Amino acid sequence: MSDRSCLTANDWICGEYVRSRGQELTDATVQHVWITLVSVLIGLLIAFPLALLARDRDGRRSRFAGPVLGLTTVLYTVPSLAMFSLLLPVFGLSAAVVVTGLVLYSLTVLVRNILAGLEAVPAEAREAALGMGYGRGRLLWEVELPLALPAVLAGVRIATVSTVALTTVGAIVGYGGLGTLIVDGLDSLFKAQVLTASVICVLLAVAADLLLLGLQRLLTPWTRPRAPRIRTARTAPVPASAAKAG
Amino acid sequence: MGAIGEAFAWLASGANWQGESGIWNRLAEHLYFSGVCLLLSCLIALPVALWLGHVGRGGALAVNLSNAGRAVPTLAVLVLLTLTPLGRQGDLPTIIALVLFAVPPLLTNAYIGMREVDRAVVEAARGMGMSGWQVFVRVELPLAYPLVMTGLRSAAVQVVATATLAAMAGEGGLGRIITAGFNTYDTPQVVAGALLVAVLALLVEGVLVAADRLLDPMRRRGADRPAA
Repeated sequence: MSDRSCLTANDWICGEYVRSRGQELTDATVQHVWITLVSVLIGLLIAFPLALLARDRDGRRSRFAGPVLGLTTVLYTVPSLAMFSLLLPVFGLSAAVVVTGLVLYSLTVLVRNILAGLEAVPAEAREAALGMGYGRGRLLWEVELPLALPAVLAGVRIATVSTVALTTVGAIVGYGGLGTLIVDGLDSLFKAQVLTASVICVLLAVAADLLLLGLQRLLTPWTRPRAPRIRTARTAPVPASAAKAG
Repeated sequence: MGAIGEAFAWLASGANWQGESGIWNRLAEHLYFSGVCLLLSCLIALPVALWLGHVGRGGALAVNLSNAGRAVPTLAVLVLLTLTPLGRQGDLPTIIALVLFAVPPLLTNAYIGMREVDRAVVEAARGMGMSGWQVFVRVELPLAYPLVMTGLRSAAVQVVATATLAAMAGEGGLGRIITAGFNTYDTPQVVAGALLVAVLALLVEGVLVAADRLLDPMRRRGADRPAA
């Protein structure tokens, strides 16, 4: 009885809503997760070659570094609603609009962090590997990338968390995962739906962050002992980049 | 591309610039909101961050605030605020949301900027007999300036973007041209609105970069610092 009334009373917190619309919430969450996952993965696939392009044979910045970093910064400046709208004529009303926009945003952080990670590889380590007869590919794969991993993973964490938040804006083309529920909830003034979807969205971001933190610890055990909190934030190459929220 | 051409045709039509939902009015709304909120955010965040940086406290707060800001979807905050009783207070929800998202980059960058000032330089200044205030104004502030400006730039771009999203929660601003276009299945209008928003964001960033160069108290540009 009291549960029924929380829907009619339009309460913020409503167990009955979660029970009766569980399927809707699950569908939205699943869509949210796959859009985020696909975007970050494609972002990584594109960011790696771009970061390599920005380096020359000796590991210094190449002449492409400026244009690559400049372009990704410009893309990052474009507000998300505008980005998705500009992609609309290219892809029509589809998930591709949202994924493409999110990939373009993730590039900024990913390229910067991958590049910073590679640049932080000690010259001695590179020279030792070259002296041992490593080829360029093997040097990259077996020496440089493992050493760059902490910075790369830090970038993946930042990119993933902001992608989770940004996916909501995809609601404008109907592919916003939980964002679609939030916007629909606004139209029908359905408070429980808006609050529940918002909370799940934040929880998703936190869960993704913790998961990636765990992965980071697992893959780069050598970074564990040092680094008090403030230090990790400061050594991240993009400490200043705010949330890409709009 | 056809869509871009149609969007330019939409922009070229004088009728679309006039009236309450015209471009001029929407642009004015957008600039008004953004300006007021950026100013408010600076007034809130900078004194706190600079003071915390000066005394060297609250680092965890300053850094975590920025991380938290990343995880919270702007759209959700806008919609939630609109549905609260505050939503009946006109523009108040939008202003609160804009300030909420502009404060973290300002606070974090200004704080880190202050803390990154070489301790040896601060010690030397103290040794020369400078008071706390003199150290702050003549040593720490000029050295922290680049990161403070980076924070200001992030915040400004953030505010412009958030003001765009406010349209999805029923507010004015340039984003309204986009959402109105979506409602009437008018793709040229959507693209035209998006172009306006993108150009505005890039202009704001560009103007602030230029201002940054002009105003930098150190006036030296050695190694390129990461533009975030």
